Amino acid sequence: MGSITLSNVKKAFGDTVVIPSIDLEVNNGEFVVFVGPSGCGKSTLLRMIAGLEDTSGGTIAIDGQDVTDLSAAKRGLAMVFQSYALYPHMTVRKNIAFPLKMAGLPAVEVDKRVAAAANVLNLNDYLDRRPGQLSGGQRQRVAIGRAIVREPTAFLFDEPLSNLDAALRVNMRLEISELHQTLGTTMIYVTHDQVEAMTMADKIVVLQAGRVEQVGSPLDLYRNPRNKFVAGFIGSPKMNFIDGEEAAKENAATIGIRPEHIELSTESGRWKGTVAVSEHLGSDTFVYVNVDGVGHLTARVEGERPVSHGDTVWLSPVAGRIHRFDAQDMTL
Amino acid sequence: MATAKSNVAARIMISPAVLLLLAWMLIPLSMTLYFSFLSYNLLSPGMERWIGFLNYEYFLTDPAFFSALTNTLILVLGVLIVTTIGGTLLALLLDQPIWGQGIVRILVIAPFFVMPTVSALVWKNMFMNPVNGLFAYVAKSVGLPPFDFLAQAPMLSITGMVAWQWLPFATLILLTALQSLDREQLEAAEMDGAGPFSRFFHIILPHMARAITVVILIQTIFLLSTFAAILVTTNGGPGYASTNITYLVYSQSLLQFDVGGGSAGGVVAVIIANIVAIFLMRMIGKNLEA
Amino acid sequence: MARAVNNKRRAVVTLIAWAVGIAIFFPILYTVLTSFKTEAEAVASPPSFLFFDWTLENYAEVQERSNYFLHFLNSVVISLGSTVLGLIIAVPAAWSMAFFPKKRTKDILMWMLSTKMLPPVGVLVPIYLLFRDASLLDTRTGLVIVLTMINLPIIVWMIFTYFKEIPGEILEAARMDGANLWDEVVYVLTPMAIPGIASTLLLNIILAWNEAFWTLNLTAAKAAPLTAFIASYSSPEGLFYAKLSAASTMAIAPILILGWFSQKQLVRGLTFGAVK
Repeated sequence: MGSITLSNVKKAFGDTVVIPSIDLEVNNGEFVVFVGPSGCGKSTLLRMIAGLEDTSGGTIAIDGQDVTDLSAAKRGLAMVFQSYALYPHMTVRKNIAFPLKMAGLPAVEVDKRVAAAANVLNLNDYLDRRPGQLSGGQRQRVAIGRAIVREPTAFLFDEPLSNLDAALRVNMRLEISELHQTLGTTMIYVTHDQVEAMTMADKIVVLQAGRVEQVGSPLDLYRNPRNKFVAGFIGSPKMNFIDGEEAAKENAATIGIRPEHIELSTESGRWKGTVAVSEHLGSDTFVYVNVDGVGHLTARVEGERPVSHGDTVWLSPVAGRIHRFDAQDMTL
Repeated sequence: MATAKSNVAARIMISPAVLLLLAWMLIPLSMTLYFSFLSYNLLSPGMERWIGFLNYEYFLTDPAFFSALTNTLILVLGVLIVTTIGGTLLALLLDQPIWGQGIVRILVIAPFFVMPTVSALVWKNMFMNPVNGLFAYVAKSVGLPPFDFLAQAPMLSITGMVAWQWLPFATLILLTALQSLDREQLEAAEMDGAGPFSRFFHIILPHMARAITVVILIQTIFLLSTFAAILVTTNGGPGYASTNITYLVYSQSLLQFDVGGGSAGGVVAVIIANIVAIFLMRMIGKNLEA
Repeated sequence: MARAVNNKRRAVVTLIAWAVGIAIFFPILYTVLTSFKTEAEAVASPPSFLFFDWTLENYAEVQERSNYFLHFLNSVVISLGSTVLGLIIAVPAAWSMAFFPKKRTKDILMWMLSTKMLPPVGVLVPIYLLFRDASLLDTRTGLVIVLTMINLPIIVWMIFTYFKEIPGEILEAARMDGANLWDEVVYVLTPMAIPGIASTLLLNIILAWNEAFWTLNLTAAKAAPLTAFIASYSSPEGLFYAKLSAASTMAIAPILILGWFSQKQLVRGLTFGAVK
């Protein structure tokens, strides 16, 4: 079991309020991602759940039991840190065995579990090395191994992939997702990268300035963002925002259209503009267009479209895919 | 970072160090301050009485004080000049690609690890002695009369010995600073047409400025308290010719048993050291934030 | 990185550097050489450098005449004792300041340093009198206390900078792995801090071994360490160059060797981290 309930959780450092008040329910077995720009309080929130940071108010419960005043060591959670935080003076084997040693397990059982974890994570060849002799991806695996051996009630990940290069990041993303499928344990994952959030999460929690902006499944957030912030944060390339006259036509202060919901034509359409830059990715073409009276718009069109700098093009929004926001940036 | 429980532990852990140092600093210092207002001689116990600033008046107007102040200045400034300039040059030399760099470095650093009494006696007897010293032999072999260093130029001789001990310190620190200089900066300057001299004055020296300041300040603190080198070579003499403030206070308190006068001198020494310390603390404090 | 430097230039620079290095080292070298001469050869003119009758008799005589070993032992006890005691007090304090910094932490550190800048002569009289009244004059205990206190700020400071380099996340990881404070200190912090503590230990032994203000003022015959013992050779009644050299060589050799091992830490320790 691993359900986590936050009720009215607050955090302040001295006079600076970082998290005014948060209520959140994490169900057993769920993969929850906290996402938001840097400084939004997502890491602080995770560390409070971990017990590494005191809460200034409210309660945190794990499986219905109040753990607010319990130390990190006694909460039964495991965490993977951004820097991996491996013990540099211990071999990989000892790193992975450390939590079991702390739990006082018999040596035979420790060996068995370390071997099992090493198998799962492909670490068999490295067990007697020190962290300093490993690559970034291998260290990441050791950190995960150290987390899984003790069979925690939930896993906490604090931006675990941000120190890896792009290719490795995609691999590890898959591995963590697979791990979640296999273990079925609750996972809370903090990232500033919305792609990681979209690809891995069962449930995304979008945070900004210590407040929960929206909670929902990835597609839910993509389709029905509650406000302009969530709309802009989720999706890549970023949603286009248009205000002024064009928005007024739709009875809104601002309208938003995702680049993939703009149709591009070389003959006719709603807005006429000039191509500033076109990026040809093969599968897609990103076209950056200057439209008089509207501004810069990004369009994402499938396949290889032969447009280039200086071309005149027409852009039209896909019907029913226009997001409308009021003057307070809330979705209408 | 921290939780409430660990905060309590942290406070308990720091207490012994803080309390001990506080006691170590406050108790003797306030005693010195108190004694400095007393007429107090160890030879006539029980005769202590309050005499206000009289000890200070005697200490500061004593011709020995003036001579001690001058000698302190000569020693400090002399050693500083030799070690910072010499240290910079040595650091530049040791930074060059040379064969056996490690060994040369070890040779240069060695004097710093020699205890002050050994250094002073070796210089005094085996080098500066007017009869058997190596310098006397060299002088004789080129036809010069031997020079009695410690009798004729005691302060300069002591300055030389002390500079020999501190040169490695300056060199080591300046070399460390020099090696932290980004090589690409020098290469960029070279691409910009700077010759070796302008590279030294516009790139290297400004980079080392901070380390040079640290060397000067730290050495000053230690040099103000030079004691052993004087005690075993000249005993402050001839007359007061090689007495510095530290030695003067020592001789007044423990040789003449004048606790009151010695304490007044001690307070004066503390004030002088504090003036230097303030600047040093600022430098270190700035670094702490970075 | 390195550019091709032509070998001719390198040879010239090497020559200069070696000449300077040997010149600076010469007094030490000459002392060591003299320690193997007879007294007559030690003052012979012209002086000999290598071609003399090497003898070990000075070493034997230094011990015979003056119980050299006692003073050597005093030095060992005092420098080791004050260092270990200092570490016992300093490590918890540095741990506290490095991992649980408070608003005042910086002030405390700076204040600790400022006590190091107090000239010893400013507290000479009271310490002397207090020690006299507590019968601590000329005792090893007394010197251990004094040297512990005067070097404590440097020890705290050095350990603090080493602790600062240990990432906080590693300690947090240990906490997440179920380690309590004790486990955290024993299994994670201590092993990671050992290199730093070792070099602090080394540097502090050097400083304590060579300390020559308090050792000269607070000891006489019994507890005198080597600094004070060597100072007794300054008496002018007889010039025993060879014996002085032998005693000196034995006094500086151990520390010279330790010192060469701790060059890097020396910079850090003596500049309080201002130059790394």
